[in-house]
Formats: sequence, structure tokens, C-alpha cells
Amino acid sequence: MARARIEYRTIADIVAEPPPESAALLVELGSEPRRRLRAIEGLVTTNPLPVLLIAEPDHVDLLGSAVGLGDFILAPVQPAELELRLHRLTRAEGTDEIHHFKDLELNVLTYQATLDSAPIDLTYMEYELLRFFVEHPHRVWSREQLLSKVWGYEYFGGARTVDVHVRRLRAKLGEHRASWITTVRSVGYRFG
Amino acid sequence: MNKEAEYVLRTVEERGIRFIRLWFTDVQGFLKSVSISPSELEVAFEEGMTFDGSAIDGYARVQEADMLARPDAASFQILPWRPDQQVARMFCDIVTPDGAPFEGDPRGVLKRNLQTAADMGFNFYVAPELEFFYFRDSGPEPQVLDRGGYFDLTPLDNAQEYRRKTINALELMGIPVEHSHHEVAPSQHEIIVRYTDALTMADNIMTFRLTVKEVAMEHDIYATFMPKPLEDFDGSGMHLHLSLFEGDRNAFFEPGSDNGLSKVGQQFVAGLLTHAAEITAVTNQWVNSYKRLVAGFDAPIWISWARNNQSALVRVPLAKKGKSSSVRVEYRSPDAAANPYLALSAVLAAGMAGIRNGYELPPEVQDDVHALTASERAAAGVARLPETLADALDRMERSELMAEALGEHVFSWFLRNKRKEWDRYQHHVSRFELETYLPVL
Repeated sequence: MARARIEYRTIADIVAEPPPESAALLVELGSEPRRRLRAIEGLVTTNPLPVLLIAEPDHVDLLGSAVGLGDFILAPVQPAELELRLHRLTRAEGTDEIHHFKDLELNVLTYQATLDSAPIDLTYMEYELLRFFVEHPHRVWSREQLLSKVWGYEYFGGARTVDVHVRRLRAKLGEHRASWITTVRSVGYRFG
Repeated sequence: MNKEAEYVLRTVEERGIRFIRLWFTDVQGFLKSVSISPSELEVAFEEGMTFDGSAIDGYARVQEADMLARPDAASFQILPWRPDQQVARMFCDIVTPDGAPFEGDPRGVLKRNLQTAADMGFNFYVAPELEFFYFRDSGPEPQVLDRGGYFDLTPLDNAQEYRRKTINALELMGIPVEHSHHEVAPSQHEIIVRYTDALTMADNIMTFRLTVKEVAMEHDIYATFMPKPLEDFDGSGMHLHLSLFEGDRNAFFEPGSDNGLSKVGQQFVAGLLTHAAEITAVTNQWVNSYKRLVAGFDAPIWISWARNNQSALVRVPLAKKGKSSSVRVEYRSPDAAANPYLALSAVLAAGMAGIRNGYELPPEVQDDVHALTASERAAAGVARLPETLADALDRMERSELMAEALGEHVFSWFLRNKRKEWDRYQHHVSRFELETYLPVL
């Protein structure tokens, strides 16, 4: 395990120059726990980074309602524990390893998707398209956007590839769930 | 290792896949399969699996036998008809030991033709209508399942059940079905598959044929794509609905054009008509294929086009209003026993020749071409498709277009192999001859 490198940044620094995806925020709640929590909550809504809070034992009650924060560690801090927790937070896969949508479960680590606990057999591109939809529900994507975000390259299929894959995905989701992906006329597709 | 291969390795592990079948196709269109275990998978991705090419029809001579099958990770699919023993498949590209694409690989041939079209800015899309028969077994006297009135035969409901199960399996493998129905002949069925890019479609047609046969076998019956198994009834065809796209735009569509086709679309159809006779040996590759291409059974025999005329070889179906993406041309002569990689290559090459050389589209045929006299047809410039395999091979042999489209290796092997097949057929004394000639001569 590589040793964590800790750098000091202000919130303004982070907003001005977002840190790499592999970074995590280490935040000492200190003597102003409420103010710091609010500031961090505000920050991570625009800069989604995993957060490790260093909390005093009497801060624990506050943490129950904290939104979107990763993990905490109680002071006094043990260096080995800090290393391990930082490492777990910053693993490449991030914190959202399993996505849910209705009875669909999609595991980003194992590449597996299940419906009502039964596995669905997807090809790689079908899986990637479904993952993109599940991670970005309720908004309309054009074919070009999907092609560049999901495929990222031109296949012999060209832009119609998206239609073809949506159809295949619908076929595999089955009759009842096919309507999860709606066609938005002359725009593109929406999931959920 | 790329993401697709990683996905396959992970899925094999997570799902407890025991066998991975590596699929490829010989020159006649028979599916070939090598099974490997998960432990060999990584090597297969990195280096390919070595096999003896001289054992595959149309591949190699003994002295250049070593070939490698490189799995295409994008085609990884778990097979739905072996739920108890978790088997998956991938289609392979065939390469020589020095890593060059092997020119006898039909999938490679199609890829090359698609690249030529892509270089001109076109993506080729295909939707086939696949017809087949269910028989009790594969014996020489085909027994239909649903000949009306014979209550000792399997009731009609069963055939619907087989079809339903087949469609289910196809959809689970990512081959969406548009619709299906019982065909004109007894025990004959048709399943129409939704369009996709031509390479995926050729893979899909291979998968389709296997799926139909597997499901039938599970029910102790036999499914066949033989073009003309029953003398007195329609044969089984594979009408191909073809379109070219330039990016998101259907290149065959032009608003307000009088026949519904753009200039490119018209030239493509003209290419199909001009080269139809040359490509027929590949789209209809068996002696039996030509028993389907006869008058009186809804099969096209006259090289002509029309918007709405079932006797024409090329039909331009009326596109729904506002559905520019559905503008397409339907090429009606191929049968489902063709090698789909080569058939799609041939059809594309013919159409592209029309575009490249700016062929003029001849007038549409209005009448039933079968009903015209020979001189009327000659006046209208309507020729016949080759009448026999030998005829078709003669036309193919003189075709530069086909030599180019198939590549020298496949072109010459195909001709040699099919000449032999025709020769064997010529030695055969048929039931027709015995019944007609023996009593009187």
C-alpha cells in the first residue's frame, strides 16, 4: 500500500483547481464542526470527492445527518488507521460500487447486473450503456452524446449503433422493463 | 488488456462460466467452434488460439496450416440454452501466425468490404427476413409437423411454442425480433430480425441459425434452412432489407424524390441489378438454391425493381411518412443457407459499384414480370437470374467485382468447391428422370 500524501488546501483552492479523481478530502471538524460540515457538504455537491472526517467523540451525533460524506475517524487519530481508511476511500472504483434502479442492481466492480436478483447476460457495450443510463437517470441524451460518452469511438455502425444497442438492451430487460428507456422523439433517449 | 477483454474475464469468473466457445465460419458458412476453459482465456485474448486451418473448408493447404483464432471480446455472450452448464461464446477473427488477417476468413472479408464503404462515408445496415421449416427429423423424406387435418401429427400449437422459445432465446442473446409468423408452406416459419450494422448482423444470422436448430433439437424435431425442401411449396428465402447511413442520415432518403430514393439509393439499386447475376452464386450457393428460384412460388427470378411488385428482385418498400430512417431497399433472391458474411459482402459490393460508377436506375417494372412474353421482357431489358448453380458460377467466374469483393483466396476456392458440387449433382440420376423416362424410353 502506497503511503498517503497529505496536502493542505482551502475550499477556495479546491474550487479553483479540482484535485484528481484519486484524491480524498481529509477534514478536521475541530472546534467548529457544524460550520465545517455545511461547507464540506456544499463543496462535494459540485466537486464529488470522497471525504474522511476527523471527528471528536461528541461530534458523532452531528454526523448522522451529514449528506454525501464518505467516512469518519475518531480523534485521537492512529496513523495506521488513517492510512487504511484513506486507502479504502480512494480506491479507483470510488464509493458507488453498486447502483440500484427499481429491481435492477448493477455492480461496477464485478461488471454484473441483475434484475430481481437474476443475472442478465449483457455484452460489454450493452453493460456500459446500461451503466451510463443508471448513473445518469432522468435526463435526455442525444445519440451523439451517448456515442461519445459510452463508445468514445466510431464503430462500423456509426450513430445508429446507439439505436441498435438500446433495442438490444430493451430486449434483454424484457417486456415489463423495456419502458425504462424511453425514446424522446427527434432528440434521443432517457432512462428512468 | 482492453476493457472489453477485462469485462469478459471478470464475467466468466463471476458467473462461473465453465466453457467458452470460440466461433468462426468456414467459407461455405458452417459454424465452427473451439471450446476453451476459463484458464486459457487470457492467452486467447493476448495471442489467439492456434488451430489447424487445413481442417477447415476453404481455409488452407496442409503446408500453411497454422492459424490463430482471435476472440472478439465485444461479441461475448452467455448462451441461454444451456442454463445448467454455463457456456458462453465469442466470434473470432482469423489471423496468420505473423498476425495478418487471414484472407480466407469470411468475417475478415466482410470487414474489408465494410471498410471500403466506410472510406466512402457509408455505414451499411441490414435487416433479414429468415425463413425455415420444422420437420420431424433430418431424414430424406421430410415430414411436416402441421399438415392440416392429420390429427396424429404434432398439433399446430407446438410449432408456435417452438417459435416463441426461439424468439425468447434470440432476445436473450441481444437479437431483437421484429415479428414472426407461420409462412405459406406447411411447417414453414418466418422470423424478422431488427436491423443492425452488417457485421453484427452476419454474426447474428449465424447465431440465429444455431438457435433455431438448438431449440428444435430440444423438442426432438429438426429445423432446416434448406432453400427448397418441399417440391410443391414455397422455399425458404432470406430477403435482405438494406440501407446506407452517412452518420445519422439515411443516405437512401431524399424528401420529395419521385420514387422515394435519393440519387445514392437509386445508384445502389442500379448496382444490385447490374451485378445481380454475378453475385447469385454466393447469395444462393447450393444446387438446391435454384429449385427455389423458379416461377410460381413467390421467389424472384427476373432482374428488375419495383416499389410494389412481388415479382421484382429489388423492392423499394414505401417508407412511412416522416420515417426517413426506415427508407431501404429489399433484395429478395438470397436464401438463408448462404454464408451471411460473403452474401452481405457481395450485395454491398454490387450496390457500392453502382454508387462509385454512377449507374442509371432503369425504369420500374409495373406488370407481373412472369406474365410477360420473352420479347416483352427483352424489350423492357429484364434478364433472368442464373437458372442453375453452374450458370451462376459461370457468371461469377467472369466477374471482376466478385474477385475484388471476396479476395482471390475465397473467390478461387469457392469456384473450385462449387464446381465439384455441381459435378457430383450431374452424376445423380433423379426421381424425376426415373419416373418420367423409365416407363417410356
